[in-house]
Amino acid sequence: MKLDRYERMFLIVAVAVLLGFQAAIGISVALTRVRLPAPVERVDARTLRQTPPFNQPGLRQTGPNTYEAVIIAQAWQFNPNEITVPVGSTVTFLVSSPDVTHGFELTGTDVNAMVVPGEVTKVTAHFTKPGDYVFLCNEYCGFGHQTMYGKVVVR
Amino acid sequence: MSGTAAVAAARGGSGAIGALEIAANQRWPIAGQLVIGLVGLAIGGFYGILQALNRIGLDLYPTPIMGRAYYYQGLTIHGVLLAFLFTFAFANSFLSLTTIKGFNRPLASTWLLQLSFVTLLLGALLAGYTMFTDQATVLYTFYAPLPASPLFYLGAAFLVVSTWLVSANQLLTLRDWRREHPGERIPLLAYMSIMTYLMWDLASLGVAVEVLFFLLPWSLGWVETIDPEFTRTLFWYTGHAIVYFWLLPAYVSWYVMIPKQVGGRLPSDALGRLAFIIFLLFSTPVGVHHQFLDPGIPIFVKALQMSLTFFVAAGSFITAFTVGAALESGGRARGGKGLLGWIRTLPWDNPSVTAQLLAMLLFVIGGATGIVNASYTLNLVVHNTAYIPAHFHLTVGTAVALTIIGVCYWLVPYFTGRQLAWPGLARWQAWLWAIGMFLFSNGQFVGGLTGEPRRTMIGNATYLHLFHWDLANWLTAIGGTVLGISGLLFFVVILGTVLAGAPLAEPVTIPQTDYVHGPEETWAGFDRLGLWFGLAVALVVLAYGPFLLTYLPLHPVSPPVKVY
Repeated sequence: MKLDRYERMFLIVAVAVLLGFQAAIGISVALTRVRLPAPVERVDARTLRQTPPFNQPGLRQTGPNTYEAVIIAQAWQFNPNEITVPVGSTVTFLVSSPDVTHGFELTGTDVNAMVVPGEVTKVTAHFTKPGDYVFLCNEYCGFGHQTMYGKVVVR
Repeated sequence: MSGTAAVAAARGGSGAIGALEIAANQRWPIAGQLVIGLVGLAIGGFYGILQALNRIGLDLYPTPIMGRAYYYQGLTIHGVLLAFLFTFAFANSFLSLTTIKGFNRPLASTWLLQLSFVTLLLGALLAGYTMFTDQATVLYTFYAPLPASPLFYLGAAFLVVSTWLVSANQLLTLRDWRREHPGERIPLLAYMSIMTYLMWDLASLGVAVEVLFFLLPWSLGWVETIDPEFTRTLFWYTGHAIVYFWLLPAYVSWYVMIPKQVGGRLPSDALGRLAFIIFLLFSTPVGVHHQFLDPGIPIFVKALQMSLTFFVAAGSFITAFTVGAALESGGRARGGKGLLGWIRTLPWDNPSVTAQLLAMLLFVIGGATGIVNASYTLNLVVHNTAYIPAHFHLTVGTAVALTIIGVCYWLVPYFTGRQLAWPGLARWQAWLWAIGMFLFSNGQFVGGLTGEPRRTMIGNATYLHLFHWDLANWLTAIGGTVLGISGLLFFVVILGTVLAGAPLAEPVTIPQTDYVHGPEETWAGFDRLGLWFGLAVALVVLAYGPFLLTYLPLHPVSPPVKVY
């Protein structure tokens, strides 16, 4: 099989670029705190509201600057839909759904995750600047999907 | 009729097949599936305009002609008719035709071909009926536990079955051809047509299992609960590879037809075959990159499939080079000079070429943003935001749809024996599509990067006042309107051709390229389809085996929750 010189060069460059992209992603994962959601725990969607910790949704302090926010994502609201934390807090969100699939997108941060019935979604955000951070559902969840949001108030 | 057939016969030996030379019993199911696809494009496209206008608060659904339809119902119709019906119907039609042309013989089974028409039509009617009656407002991803009517799932199953019948027919035709041509290379046109469907055969298994073994029994009430994470994974097993089932029919035109249409030659038969082998191998074992943000999938499965995703990009890189070089050879043959002068001398006066050149141009942005989506970390920024539809309106909505439109500009004359009505208008149509999509996708890109969610009735969102998406939404709405005008012009040209086009002096010949390095220089191993298919299966096992091992047993916790 004969490849012309330009073809060969292009193939080499193309493969090198693709490997370079992969290396860049690998390095960014290794050097930064970017983490994707991973399996934490399975729950029964039908009994979610009776299952700890989702039987008591809300914010709990777990350390000097650390908090845990347990949130139920349901059609079409987050419960709770507003939490307040001080600047410099690290908040771990535990989110799950008793009904259909939802999304949990915390705008202005790198927190973005799916909320799939039967699974617990665990994501962490660091709040270094004061302000209102809106979290919204970014997965279609029925007729009122566009009304489903809440916010983290950072003071 | 006999006159034009005689003209084609007189040209004999050149391999030209006029539409009239395809037996009528094979012609109608091929032309018929094209018609079904174009009807899907018209209806699905219409709803797209409504979606775009909602972005600026202009909600046309409450107007009397829309009946009781609403945003998400229209969005479901838009997605299903365009992403499944229009694309499947075109692939079935076009790649049946190219198989006939490539092998220069009829398809092995007329009965299978006609059955593919019937199943496609049945699937379209079932899915259409349930969507229009608001029994399936589940969008085109139909994630459980949002339930649709069982008839919707059945319709989707029929659409997939119609594609399998086309594939079976291609393989039977290949077997017959090989018997008569022992030791010969599979002609490139037939090779690409068959490889597209082989890839899809493997890829469609995920959604087939999801529908037959999970969604149907669950929606019929035979089982009470379903596992949402597992059925999502089955969906995305198919859901990424499907984009290559949309794209590869366009690539068949770019590789084999466009070089001829611009007066150039394809530099390499071998690289064309290699690109299709890469798609067969790497299209499917990468679906998890749509699920990077899913809670139920282990990190190492995500990392593995991300890595494989980057290999599939190599197929499109090869295509950019090979097709680009073919275009350059055409432009230079037509007198183009200098580094870029050959672009100007390409036959821009031919609407079929213009549409496809613009499709390729916008695909550069579409492809590049696809690499962003597949990137493990950047995906966090764009997942489920408007950035994603911006991306795929440049890929399937432009690279594919505008190529199909360009192909129709010779295919409809081919089937009807009539000249394209108003070629000038057709050129305008292509430019307007490209401009409209450029504006639309820019709006969606900008909105997405600032957090605007996809598939959301943004004009009515209760959080709209908390964000600055005005410019983005206006670009989206204006772009969508321009696209609507372009779509209308397309149907004006097509209907004008069918109803009032002047008769062709001689039949249209399906364009087929010559080569700089032809098939005789290509490694014979590329034609061992069974071997490559086996390797593709092995990669799927490698990519999804670890997921199954860590995920099982199933976790069926969700009864149907109908919230639409």
